Amino acid sequence: MAAVTLVYFAWVREAIGRDEERVELASPEETIAELVARLAAQGGGYAEALADPDRLRAALDQQFVGFDQAIGTARELALFPPVTGG
Amino acid sequence: MKRVAIQADDFDISAELAALEALGGGGVASFTGIVRGEGGLVALELEHYPAMTQRQAERIAEEAMARWPLLGLSIIHRHGRLLPGERIVFVGTASRHRAAALEGCAFLIDWLKSRAPFWKKAHYADGAGAWVAPRAEDEAKAQGWDR
Repeated sequence: MAAVTLVYFAWVREAIGRDEERVELASPEETIAELVARLAAQGGGYAEALADPDRLRAALDQQFVGFDQAIGTARELALFPPVTGG
Repeated sequence: MKRVAIQADDFDISAELAALEALGGGGVASFTGIVRGEGGLVALELEHYPAMTQRQAERIAEEAMARWPLLGLSIIHRHGRLLPGERIVFVGTASRHRAAALEGCAFLIDWLKSRAPFWKKAHYADGAGAWVAPRAEDEAKAQGWDR
């Protein structure tokens, strides 16, 4: 079964309490929105960080993507708040 | 010349500007971002996504070179714990004439503000910490350059 490495930043990382982890996909067609909902359903820090996808942004293999994107064979999925650089 | 540096260390602005001036154009424009010490802020912590930051910044540097007749540009963005008054970011552009240098510089800093994977956490004197919220104005400025 396909798996993806999740990486977290800023308050998403703090709420979940780790900066990365490996997660099995439900299917290769699983979208980011579906995976995020599945993780949020675990409750605790996951629910705190991921329950409201409108507050999150995602990058698949270091490229910004929308939440309707299928994860497919990507290696790394990053979840984080809107950026505040500069 | 296309210089992109994502680093913890401070940098020498005179040296950066001198490198751009040496490219032989008629104009050099630059922007420097500094940590503001307002509201009891004692430090700003900058977290970033190393695997993505350098790549994205290089891509946007290439886009700037393609959109404006620039002779060269520099992007330096720091990460880690920074104190009020410290430099966070530097963008510099060189061109034959001022319009391209000024516009290219504005494009790059607007992009860094709302598209580069950095997150700021403010630390206050009472020990409290708060992640900085994005400003709608910054996103609107970045979108203004989209095409």
